[in-house]
Amino acid sequence: MSRENPQPQADRPRAEELTATGTAHEGAVTTATAASIAGITEALIESNPLRDPRDKRLPRVAGPCVLVLFGVTGDLARKKLLPAIYDLANRGLLPPGFSLVGFARRDWEDQDFAQLTHDAVKEHARTPFREEVWKQLSEGIFFCRGEFTDDGAFDALAMMLKEIDETRGTGGNYGFYLSVPPKFFPVVVQQLKRTDLADGPGGSWRRVVIEKPFGHDLRSAQELNAITSAVFPESSVFRIDHYLGKETVQNILALRFANNLFEPIWNRGYVDHVQITMAEDIGIGGRAGYYDGIGAARDVIQNHLLQLLALVGMEDPTSFGADSLRREKEKVLKAVRLPSDLSLTTARGRYGAGWQGGEPVIGYTQEEGIPPDSITETYAAIKLEIANRRWAGVPFYLRTGKRLSRRVTEVAVVFQRAPHLPFSKDDTEILGQNALVIRVQPDEGITVRFGSKVPGTAMEVRDVSMDFAYGESFMESSPEAYERLLLDVLIGDPPLFPHQREVELSWKILDPIEDFWSTQGPPEEYPAGTWGPASADEMMARDGHVWRRL
Amino acid sequence: MTSFMLSGTNASKISSQLTHLRHQMGTPAVGMVLTLVVVCGESDQYDAVRAATEAAREHPSRILVVIPRDPSEPNRLDAEIRFGESTPGEVILLRLYGELTRHADSVVSPLLLTDTPVVAWWPSDCPEVPAADPIGMLAQRRIVDARSAPDSVKAIAGRARGYVPGDTDLAWTRLTTWRSLLAAAFDQPVAKVKRGTVEAVPGHASALLLAAWLGERLGAPVKVSDSSGPGLTSVKLVSGDGDITITRGDGRLAMLSRPGQPDRRVALARRPTSDLLAEELRRLDPDEIYAAAIQRLARTRKS
Repeated sequence: MSRENPQPQADRPRAEELTATGTAHEGAVTTATAASIAGITEALIESNPLRDPRDKRLPRVAGPCVLVLFGVTGDLARKKLLPAIYDLANRGLLPPGFSLVGFARRDWEDQDFAQLTHDAVKEHARTPFREEVWKQLSEGIFFCRGEFTDDGAFDALAMMLKEIDETRGTGGNYGFYLSVPPKFFPVVVQQLKRTDLADGPGGSWRRVVIEKPFGHDLRSAQELNAITSAVFPESSVFRIDHYLGKETVQNILALRFANNLFEPIWNRGYVDHVQITMAEDIGIGGRAGYYDGIGAARDVIQNHLLQLLALVGMEDPTSFGADSLRREKEKVLKAVRLPSDLSLTTARGRYGAGWQGGEPVIGYTQEEGIPPDSITETYAAIKLEIANRRWAGVPFYLRTGKRLSRRVTEVAVVFQRAPHLPFSKDDTEILGQNALVIRVQPDEGITVRFGSKVPGTAMEVRDVSMDFAYGESFMESSPEAYERLLLDVLIGDPPLFPHQREVELSWKILDPIEDFWSTQGPPEEYPAGTWGPASADEMMARDGHVWRRL
Repeated sequence: MTSFMLSGTNASKISSQLTHLRHQMGTPAVGMVLTLVVVCGESDQYDAVRAATEAAREHPSRILVVIPRDPSEPNRLDAEIRFGESTPGEVILLRLYGELTRHADSVVSPLLLTDTPVVAWWPSDCPEVPAADPIGMLAQRRIVDARSAPDSVKAIAGRARGYVPGDTDLAWTRLTTWRSLLAAAFDQPVAKVKRGTVEAVPGHASALLLAAWLGERLGAPVKVSDSSGPGLTSVKLVSGDGDITITRGDGRLAMLSRPGQPDRRVALARRPTSDLLAEELRRLDPDEIYAAAIQRLARTRKS
């Protein structure tokens, strides 16, 4: 790792960021880590006299490098990646000489790609447009035209990169961002190998970034991995799950491990059950080709929701380095057990025509490109258990769906009822269960729900919510997930990227469910704009629970 | 924005008025993370409040502005409460008359948010030892600004004398972008630096600090020379391999040159006060690197 990472201090600010939400905590940390800091300080001063772990004002800046973007004309590139690159530059986090190379089939020159970037930045960037930042960035924008199958195009790319190294001083450090459908991975990766781009000379790094889906079942995920790992070592493969770049998701770790308030009750002794929800109000839009045959569970549960489950359920890592963090996530994913009867503990549905937010919308099977006999689900709910001392007997309910009533992603830890209520039954009739809710999006924050006395002469207890809103306590606009993740790729800091082992473990959880569903015919229909099929509510009712109304 | 005036008042009346106003607005609980106490004169008040409210967008705060008025008038406290759309927190302007001008802490202390950090900021005149000032004693973090002193050079060179961990100077904050760029230039191996020069307009406090920091970290003499500006214009470090230079002629776009590498342009804009303040509020622990820089500056000025 140290060979790859030009900035050995990169690990420390990370730990700071993740844990330092309270200042009272710092005293303890200081003594515990004083020895290790002394070690780091010496090593660091030797490599760069101007850096010091105590100098917290200096941001983590990537070293000189080139980012090669495959699939520049896609939505993701225009709406997220290019604006994120600008925002990084605007915050002074990109190195001088940073260069961006676009690769696509278009008959374009450098300035056409620069124009596309300029427009994307103007429209979607989070931070204000500043001429001098754009000037710095635009000097390093290049375009390479070609097909993925065209050897000549990749030879040209290799030449171009070599030239950029000379004119911009990027030192042979390249990141390859494959923002293309997975079917093109083999050919692109092979081309990179053929042209020797996958293997840098000593002292430089080569990294490849891939986006979900990481396969559609365990076997395809392994095949996909075989393709990339044949060319790039695992440590150079960065799998982006943009959920992990979100501030609130990282805050789950801070909430759990930087506080003493929650951890004692974070177990089967106090927790009744956990609900993890990702609801979308949109339909499948233009993604029919991708979505049909994949469905909600593969699209969302396999990656986002199981990652959230891992962060909520894992034990405390020994540090916030990539290895320890991933090890704990793997442990909890390995401990996940499926209930024996999947017909009673899973539910799936697809949206029919209906009204969504005041507008009439069509059903899934009427969407363009969807065959009428499709059995793909657009709503999936599953019950999982975690077989370890902390969680045995606590069900984790995961649900996701399209065309639901509104867009919301949250993790709700629902606590058991008080063992004894010294009030009369009438007083507490409407008292629900305590809950701690981590709101991932929108309106990021944390809600705590507890009972409180209703003012008046009678002793009546009712639920109230206490809110912590990110937007209120910090930052007008927190950095986009992609900003954080792109910077981590360029710095070479992997804790926020799922490891191949996590990907495979997630498929092992989901595959039996998908196999079962594939024998069950078309899913149950639910009207668009509602909260999913009746079978999902029945599934909860069997356990004596209800979904939170969101 | 809602604005509310109270004249001839006291802290407890201000406090209950705040609670009342918040209930009226329907926002009884707000997630403010700190109290920022700004001590300034009437003439600096507008700009200081503007910068503080901007910074409060990143760090929602209760902003208490202490404005000492005529000490020869009878004792009196006037307060102006502002809150609403322009800021996620609250702004309270406190105008102090008579003997009260010397007892500002008695007004500020009951108005601090409970159990959250307190930051004091003197945008213009500041006490010799901020930590010994009655307001400074209430704060964990004390921000001053050498640039606004009548003699910036003397001010910054004297900072080490009254230094207490938790002190900081905006002249140091202005350097972060420069320091970040210089540090990035050293991420690739560079031969030992023999000497260096920092160029800026005459009497530039930040330039002295930058030279002191570079000298301290690189163990080489770094001198300051004059240029026609704007602000800091260049840093030149002479190493065994050749020169590392950053030049910025227009206050916006800089040129970085290193031996054996092409020249590169980098955005290096001067930042508004609100940005500087937001940076200060991000980390509330003592800045040891700043301490080392002012101590070196004090040593080298004397000898």
